[in-house]
Amino acid sequence: MNYAVDENGFYGEFGGAFVPEMLHSNIETLRSSYLDITGTPTFQNKFRSLLKDYVGRPSPLYFATRLSQAHGCQIYLKREDLNHTGSHKINNTIGQILLAKELGKTRIIAETGAGQHGVATATVCALMGLECVVHMGVVDIARQSPNVARMRMLGAKVIPSRSGSQTLKDATNEAIRDWISHPVETHYIIGSVVGPHPYPDMVARFQSVISEEMRWQLKEHTGRENPDAIVACVGGGSNAAGAFYHYLDQDEVRFVAVEAAGLGIDSGESAATSVLGTRGIIHGSRTLLMQTDDGQITEPYSISAGLDYPGIGPLHAHLLSTARAEAVSVTDQEALDAALRLTRLEGIIPALETAHAFSALDKIKFNETDVVVVSLSGRGDKDLDTYIKNLPIDE
Amino acid sequence: MNRIEALLQKKKDPILSIYYTAGYPSLQDTIPILQSLSDAGVDLVEIGIPYSDPMADGPTIQQSGTEAIANGMTLRVLLDQLQSVRSRLEIPIILMGYLNQLMQFGIEDFLKLARKNGVDGLIIPDLPMDIYEKEYLTLFAKYEMPVVFLITPQTSPERIRKIDQLSQGFIYMVSDASITGAKSMISQSQLDYFERIAALGLQTPVITGFGISDAETFQTASRYSRGAIIGSAFIKSLDSKNLAQSVKSFIASIRS
Repeated sequence: MNYAVDENGFYGEFGGAFVPEMLHSNIETLRSSYLDITGTPTFQNKFRSLLKDYVGRPSPLYFATRLSQAHGCQIYLKREDLNHTGSHKINNTIGQILLAKELGKTRIIAETGAGQHGVATATVCALMGLECVVHMGVVDIARQSPNVARMRMLGAKVIPSRSGSQTLKDATNEAIRDWISHPVETHYIIGSVVGPHPYPDMVARFQSVISEEMRWQLKEHTGRENPDAIVACVGGGSNAAGAFYHYLDQDEVRFVAVEAAGLGIDSGESAATSVLGTRGIIHGSRTLLMQTDDGQITEPYSISAGLDYPGIGPLHAHLLSTARAEAVSVTDQEALDAALRLTRLEGIIPALETAHAFSALDKIKFNETDVVVVSLSGRGDKDLDTYIKNLPIDE
Repeated sequence: MNRIEALLQKKKDPILSIYYTAGYPSLQDTIPILQSLSDAGVDLVEIGIPYSDPMADGPTIQQSGTEAIANGMTLRVLLDQLQSVRSRLEIPIILMGYLNQLMQFGIEDFLKLARKNGVDGLIIPDLPMDIYEKEYLTLFAKYEMPVVFLITPQTSPERIRKIDQLSQGFIYMVSDASITGAKSMISQSQLDYFERIAALGLQTPVITGFGISDAETFQTASRYSRGAIIGSAFIKSLDSKNLAQSVKSFIASIRS
């Protein structure tokens, strides 16, 4: 089985570029140039040096002693939370801002849910001196206010998306509409492995630094490059794509994609796309998505703004439908409990999105000697309000 | 002959095409609006299938779609409403909707039923030409269902030539880099683009849409192409209390 994207932008039956003619020229420019531009030594040198000196890579791979004891296996944490701006999102925005500059673009737009991608985009725009506009749902602006303030301090304009459910899906629609209306000077930095080809592949390649480092770090720690399993949360799926990337063809490495079940899979308030989704098109990509019988895209729900998305990236749709990856669903409450447990066992407050991945450790039976890497995709500063409201934390 | 082709062959004056959203303002308004448009002498209609995530549409069409969905409009309901229309009306009908809705319905079932109920063509903004050619063309041809493709100021001349080969009925010239929505005027750079397209001497007739809102913009667009499409401005003008009259006065204001 081949898990790489094909020349037409498909992973098996999923992917492609289902965009209106208004975006064809931009998408075609990206498609025909992204590999050439990002493949040059000059580009790679700039990219690598910013990842090292600005982002702070390599991010540590940390053996979590007490968490390992609690779960009865060997757990390593890939510390993307320690990156500049607090999550894996910066790996992609560094890559895309360099690409945008090569393409001569002067204005950057982005969508954001939890605000991590918005902050990462506003950051690289400040770094490069480019105009930055971030589309964010009104509901998310309210629940992730620290990130909104950070974006504004960084000089970005945050535009509230008022259509639909006013969360990540709608912020993405608004960003696409913005791009349609400003096609010449604007580059759209999509934050996940979603959207029309070449975005899913391009974002996965920028994020693949995560698994590239895991290979040599694991070898140093354990003497072998391959773990037995990799666990990552999936909204659109960019941290998971980065953590899986260099292991896609290593069938002995088990992939666990953790989705947000919200209030429960059957509650009607969920974002568990692999269970509730069917084939369709969302944001220019053929993939699995949550929709009605009439083909209206469903409003998803999760306590976590970054997993509150009704689709998944086409790579993940392919990995799940071919059983290369397995999906686990985690409810709001389970994620909250897992966040507190990680905090108390290891002194690390994870992002709510990431907390879902930790809860999945309760749902899978590992052997004592199994090496399990959890992608610790983001830190929890932005979620403190939610944690304090929902967890038994004493004054 | 297909009703759209017949219209384009026969009609010498500018073609006035109106877009409106099915099931808006009320679920049962689809056919009465169609009747009023036909009575008012509109040449061609595009009926929008309301969608939750219409990425090429501006606020007016989004809002009408959201309300239509809340009213209970679905693709199946729309096709049911159109069932008896051909016994009364000859006006050419194009359905405009996003690919996801057609996929969920089942593309072949949809084509079969649309054909049977008198639909003359389709506009599917997020179905790109290359994927259409590879995956769908044979099926659409089997049901003799024409597809109208879009061009924009960013579409390359080579691609326009290809669209000229593939588009059936007419080519939809998107007037500007924009989503749908009424604008008050047409700029010089838009006129340059209209002229550039007119000079290509395409074999397929061109009709202009997006940002056409009143008599003036309609006339300007019609000088460079076979006619124009008005959507958002028409939807805004609909008066649910006096539907027929509001349609009549809007069309009169364009034709004046």
